[in-house]
Amino acid sequence: MDLIEELCKTYGPAGREHRIREILERELKNSRFDMRTDRLGNLIVHRPGKSERAQKIMLCAHMDEIGLIVTYIDKNGFLRFTNVGGVFSEHILYQRVIFENGTTGIIGVEPSKDESKEGSKSGAKPKFERMFIDIGAHDRASAEKKVRIGDIAAFSQQVSYIDKKRIAAKALDDRIGCYCLVETAKRLKRTDHDIYFVFSVQEEVGLRGARTGAYAIEPTYAIAVDVTDTGDTPEAQRMEVSVGKGVAIKVKDSWFITSPAVKDKLAEYARALSIPYQFEVLEHGSTDAAVIQLVKEGVMSGVLSVPTRYIHSTSEMCDLNDVDGTIKLLLHICTEGLD
Amino acid sequence: MLQDLKELCELHGVSGDEVRIKDQIVRKVKRYAADLFEDPYGNLIIRKGDSTKPRVLLAAHMDEVGLMITGIEKSGLLKFRAIGMLPNVLMAKRVYIGDNKKLGVIGHKPIHLAKDDELKKMLKTKDLFIDIGVSSKEEALKVVQIGDYASFGTAYSENGDIVKGKALDNRIGCFILLQMIMESDLPVHYAFTVQEEVGLRGAGIVASRVKPDVAIAVDTTSSGEWPGDGDSPQYPVLGKGAVITVADRSVICDDDLVRMIRKTAEKEKIPYQDKKPMIGGTDAGSMHLTGEGVRSAVISVPARYIHSPLSYASKKDISAVKDLLNCSINNVIGKGKEWI
Repeated sequence: MDLIEELCKTYGPAGREHRIREILERELKNSRFDMRTDRLGNLIVHRPGKSERAQKIMLCAHMDEIGLIVTYIDKNGFLRFTNVGGVFSEHILYQRVIFENGTTGIIGVEPSKDESKEGSKSGAKPKFERMFIDIGAHDRASAEKKVRIGDIAAFSQQVSYIDKKRIAAKALDDRIGCYCLVETAKRLKRTDHDIYFVFSVQEEVGLRGARTGAYAIEPTYAIAVDVTDTGDTPEAQRMEVSVGKGVAIKVKDSWFITSPAVKDKLAEYARALSIPYQFEVLEHGSTDAAVIQLVKEGVMSGVLSVPTRYIHSTSEMCDLNDVDGTIKLLLHICTEGLD
Repeated sequence: MLQDLKELCELHGVSGDEVRIKDQIVRKVKRYAADLFEDPYGNLIIRKGDSTKPRVLLAAHMDEVGLMITGIEKSGLLKFRAIGMLPNVLMAKRVYIGDNKKLGVIGHKPIHLAKDDELKKMLKTKDLFIDIGVSSKEEALKVVQIGDYASFGTAYSENGDIVKGKALDNRIGCFILLQMIMESDLPVHYAFTVQEEVGLRGAGIVASRVKPDVAIAVDTTSSGEWPGDGDSPQYPVLGKGAVITVADRSVICDDDLVRMIRKTAEKEKIPYQDKKPMIGGTDAGSMHLTGEGVRSAVISVPARYIHSPLSYASKKDISAVKDLLNCSINNVIGKGKEWI
């Protein structure tokens, strides 16, 4: 099993990222790094810079994925739930989920009580109130032996290589970002700069971990590495980003405008290294950079995105060529700085 | 009669106007505090004992839901904004406006003038007004100003185990902290915060100043019992104990802290129950994101009909929350290193 596969398959919904953190700690156990976990659970891996002119650079990818939280166990042992992060109800029907203790379940839905009206609208989005998780229990007592109210489930799905370079998995958002940071850290030979690799928690519920991580570090520059939407599927929303056409350099999203100097620098580096890149304007959604940018006296921030289709489904898909480009660009940032 | 709770509940203190609550608390706890500090935003911070590690912060918000006068019609009727309340709890209620407590009644369109569909649909706050019994704007301006706060006048009462009053959310939390300050010698920072109901505003500032290792918000939460829908989430329940939050819209509580609090409740035989996940938000939401992060939890007293002129809670639950806080903090302090 390769590292991307292991990271994507492993349980790690928002607030329950410990297993992802353990994998990353194992991968980066190396004398070149200082490693610590902060109070919220962010893993902060530091490679101290030696030079007096060292720039303090924070690279950030979030460990958490979206999930479901149990709100009620009914008398027949079905679990009622609500979302943790941006879960789309129409994406998750009949998908499998797994709890921290290994309990698995299937997501079902009550038949619509208003068939006559809704019959024609088969694409209608069911409400979470009408949905349930079936863990094979026959009553409340037997369900409560495995699961309690407040337990958080993650989606469960195999990782597949759709093509040699195309991978499909749940939680590519943002385990692919974690992978990029790990590879960058491993391949980074020498640099004068002070580099912090931050694996953040609770991005999916409101960009929470990155804020406290950045507060502790006080970086001069920060680059978040995350996935972004694309506009390259049939009748897709208009968006000038495609899978396989290179790393996306973010210009703007819902909550964030990239510091112009950082954006220009990233594009300049990509051109110099002949790494294919595309500019990204994301109209819905945001990422850790939005809060890092506003910490303390402000942080010059940017985002590198891996173009990904079907985000927040159990079959997110990205292209490994884009991933390679992202890592190469990150390595260059680490050695050359962003001044 | 829980006299201190009665006094706290009957004071007016809508978000942004908490000064009466703060003054009352200062009067009560002054002689017990090792340090007492009123910050520029209106929060009150009280330290008991030495400032040891791990540093524990307990926070209860002083503000309550209420109204603010936003306009005066030619007719002398007042327009208002409601803070944290649905319009259906406001109809025909008495409110007291401004520092001189001018009495008004919340009115709506006369029923014989309302169209059929207007009667069926849910009221909107903009369709309501406050009637203070004057007949012109000039007359009204003699007793009220734009920006005046208005609050309910509900008298506090008790019926056996049940306490009834306005603003139980969150004078109950203030009351519990007040009692702990007077009764307990645990080294703890106690914060009485402002403007929770309008966006968890005061507590973040407090946590930035105190820099705690562990923070617990002490609050009330909606109980779930009602007559309908048999097999549905009708919890938490009045009288069944302290309510422990796993996650709400503002915070995913620290997992180790939640597990420790549950274990403590079981060991000490303190009744406890779950909060329905992902509903509402509390001061923990702003506290846990301050500085380099704070491990946070929420322990609540269940209450019926909060965010209305009258709510109910149980004395048993109030005691359970206080006991659970005392025992849990003891555990945090006893196992210092684990929590730093």
